[in-house]
Amino acid sequence: MSAHSPATGCTDTPVLRERGQREVFCGLTGIIWLHRKMQDAFFLVVGSRTCAHLLQSAAGVMIFAEPRFGTAILEEKDLAGMADANAELDREVARLLDRRPDIRQLFLVGSCPSEVIKLDLSRAAERLSAAHGPKVRVLNFSGSGIETTFTEGEDACLASMVPALPTTEAKELLMVGALPDVVEDQALSLLGQIGVGPVRCLPAKRAAMDPAIGPNTRYALTQPFLGDTHSALQRRGAQHIDAPFPFGAEGTTLWLKAVAAEFGISPETVDQVVAAPRARAEKAIAAATETLRGKRVFFMPDSQLEIPLARFLTRECGMQAVEISTPYLHTTIHRAELALIAPGPTISEGQDVDLQIDRVRAARPDLTVCGLGLANPLEAEGLATKWAIELVFTPVHFYEQAGDLASLFARPLRRRALLAASHPNRMEAAE
Amino acid sequence: MKLAVWTYEGPPHVGAMRVATGMRDLHMVLHAPQGDTYADLLFTMIERRDHRPPVSYTTFQARDLGADTAGLFMTAARDAHARFKPQALLVAASCTAELIQDDPGGLAETMGLPVPVIPLELPSYQRKENFGADEAFLQLCRTLARPMARTERVTCNVIGPTALGFRHRDDAQEITALLSEMGIEVNVCAPMGATPADIARMGAAHFNVLLYPETAESAARWLEREHGQPFTKTIPIGANATRAFIEEVRTLSGSTLPVDESRLRQPWWAASVDSTYLTGKRVFLFGDGTHVMAAAKVARDEMGFEVCGMGCYNREQARPMRALAKEFGLTALITDDYLEVERAIEEAAPEMILGTQMERHIGKRLGIPCAVISAPVHVQDFPARYSPQMGFEGANVLFDTWVHPLVMGLEEHLLVMFREDFEFHDAAGPSHHGGKAQPLPQEVPAAEADHAMPTPAVPATEDNVIWLTCAEKELKKIPFFVRGKARRNTEKFAFEKGLQEISVDTLYEAKAHYAR
Repeated sequence: MSAHSPATGCTDTPVLRERGQREVFCGLTGIIWLHRKMQDAFFLVVGSRTCAHLLQSAAGVMIFAEPRFGTAILEEKDLAGMADANAELDREVARLLDRRPDIRQLFLVGSCPSEVIKLDLSRAAERLSAAHGPKVRVLNFSGSGIETTFTEGEDACLASMVPALPTTEAKELLMVGALPDVVEDQALSLLGQIGVGPVRCLPAKRAAMDPAIGPNTRYALTQPFLGDTHSALQRRGAQHIDAPFPFGAEGTTLWLKAVAAEFGISPETVDQVVAAPRARAEKAIAAATETLRGKRVFFMPDSQLEIPLARFLTRECGMQAVEISTPYLHTTIHRAELALIAPGPTISEGQDVDLQIDRVRAARPDLTVCGLGLANPLEAEGLATKWAIELVFTPVHFYEQAGDLASLFARPLRRRALLAASHPNRMEAAE
Repeated sequence: MKLAVWTYEGPPHVGAMRVATGMRDLHMVLHAPQGDTYADLLFTMIERRDHRPPVSYTTFQARDLGADTAGLFMTAARDAHARFKPQALLVAASCTAELIQDDPGGLAETMGLPVPVIPLELPSYQRKENFGADEAFLQLCRTLARPMARTERVTCNVIGPTALGFRHRDDAQEITALLSEMGIEVNVCAPMGATPADIARMGAAHFNVLLYPETAESAARWLEREHGQPFTKTIPIGANATRAFIEEVRTLSGSTLPVDESRLRQPWWAASVDSTYLTGKRVFLFGDGTHVMAAAKVARDEMGFEVCGMGCYNREQARPMRALAKEFGLTALITDDYLEVERAIEEAAPEMILGTQMERHIGKRLGIPCAVISAPVHVQDFPARYSPQMGFEGANVLFDTWVHPLVMGLEEHLLVMFREDFEFHDAAGPSHHGGKAQPLPQEVPAAEADHAMPTPAVPATEDNVIWLTCAEKELKKIPFFVRGKARRNTEKFAFEKGLQEISVDTLYEAKAHYAR
């Protein structure tokens, strides 16, 4: 390990690329958190009963409030050409907007069936914008499984918004990625204290708060899966701030320093401002590290958070990574992260789930980060797991959540230890 | 195109997965795009299964569409056979794969796999989950069940239970035990727990016990026609139906052994005086046809409830459901539109809902207690304890679970007597449920002045009737679970009498008018 230069880390590690059955969600899943983040937006999936069923299942069967999403389910007559799918869509949208007059942004979300039958939702969005604008802005993106994997749905959604954003010449920071409100507020407060400003967010809570962008916009990504949004912002002339992602005390500090530097603020100023929250974060992480130190972790591909989280767990929590697998490896936006990870783990992209499970069984890691479909079956084999969707649904960014992030990984191990005597797999665990 | 917020049933391939996952030594290859693997979590999370469902997905992506998706399917089928070595292979397409028309059945046939390959036609844009389960089980029987001699002793098959079914695990166990008490051995229980080899020997049974028409009626009819096996028509949910089921089984089997009823407590629990408060409670039932029709009879005949509305989401059961509703003096609600169900419940203003997890949420919104009697399922519908719906123990379980959401007998009386107590009021909720009671805000005594000088408190309703403040206040003293009905009845009464305003007197005149 020490033979490699610490500056390059895993940058040059050859990537294992696999193609086969991929046990992942499609991009529609992103609607579950996006529809709560954008409070005047409605997400209308144009798809099948399967799409509606997925959204319902991924949302934990039900959400209490009436959701701001729905599925326009294609029926036999739409496919057979007996009904004009566009006319049907226009009718459903008119009915929906009539029932929900509070909606200001409507996203037509493409699905596998709508793409296979080549229903042109971008033309539909133009047509509907003309009909319902300027009160309601209609955009479209694809959340289909044939085009997108899980968090790529958020990427596609944000990327669809970029061309429609107004233009500005002002030098502003744009923070990109849907964060829980509490985390966003903390980040804005820290940036304010450091002296970075004005700061705008994409997505904004309401359409009226949408940021403007231009050649003087500096943007920093808060999520590692926003590759298309990154490209769309570059096309608008905005400038990217390359940084590790704000996970853990170290990641947050590096992210803030990179942003501060872009606004002519010294790293010392950042250190001064963040001293207290950073110390709190380190203390909270240390508590979880008692459980995590020396443990071996295996990441299956899921949310594209795998690489930054592996960096956090190996550098700040003393874990050892066996395999770090991601649906897509964005070499441009993950470069800073890969450089920080000590060589050793297998880096893999894509999946053949049966082959990968064979590797998990052979490696018998202490913790496997995987999707919901695999977690209980692996637990039943005596392997502790962390279901990955919780990492997307829980506030985990920046200092105040760093301890929570570490304990998300520590909890399954602590629970296993608590139940050791009665666990159905105690014979194997005791080996 | 139809807008759906929530759905009662998944697509048909999920129904086929429920059959495959319930069975052993069977594997399914599903031609489906990336993302359709979400269905695995239904089984591993909701049902807490400790194995992955026996399903291989082709998970094709956009870049494969121009290339060779058929090749992808064949590779997946070959790999699945080599890795899992099943006794038989189901092959099917999900909604997107149906559109690209690769014909998985035809492809699999050309591959010369050494096990039976069973292709499924699942029209995703017309049919739903229950159809998929029913069709998958039918095709398994058609392909695998061989003609064979009957067993010497009288045996039967128990058919219908699948993975992810509402209490299927415990119903199958309860009915198997009941049959055993009657001296009847179960030849095969399927799909749940059966292997393809077991399906092959289903013909040895003398008759079939059909537990869930939703998932196995087509197979029951086919087995009756092709293998001469009659099947039971009574669904043994409730004490009366269980007794009727026992009689039906006696007719089919010739069994004369007595059945011990000593563990059936439900009839006495319902008859004991503590249950008097259940009399005439107005219930609304919604779910799958089988469970709703059975529950409606239990509600009326074994619990003493008044059924004020019923319906089902599966159109396949519309005809018998309409007939039963008519017998109850009602019109059945046949819809899979969740918002329509919500409107119907709001309109009927029941005191309790017997429904699905969807109705539980409707009840939560409307402040109406709800017990769950039917799929779609939730992790809560897979209790660790034994909790059947069928047979005598099932009747006991129904009593407990239906009564649990209600405010209990004496507590209900106390709430009515002291409903203005600031700590003990109807919004505080039943004491045996969690949740902290919030003290009511103290009322301002000045409101009493309203009696002297009535002022309109509420804007005119659609019928242009105005509630006076004092009447509005009196209405609030009526227990919350009947308040909606009282409001509507009073408005209707006032409208019919041509009254412009509702006073306290109007409220009580209406009450007397509608007294049951």
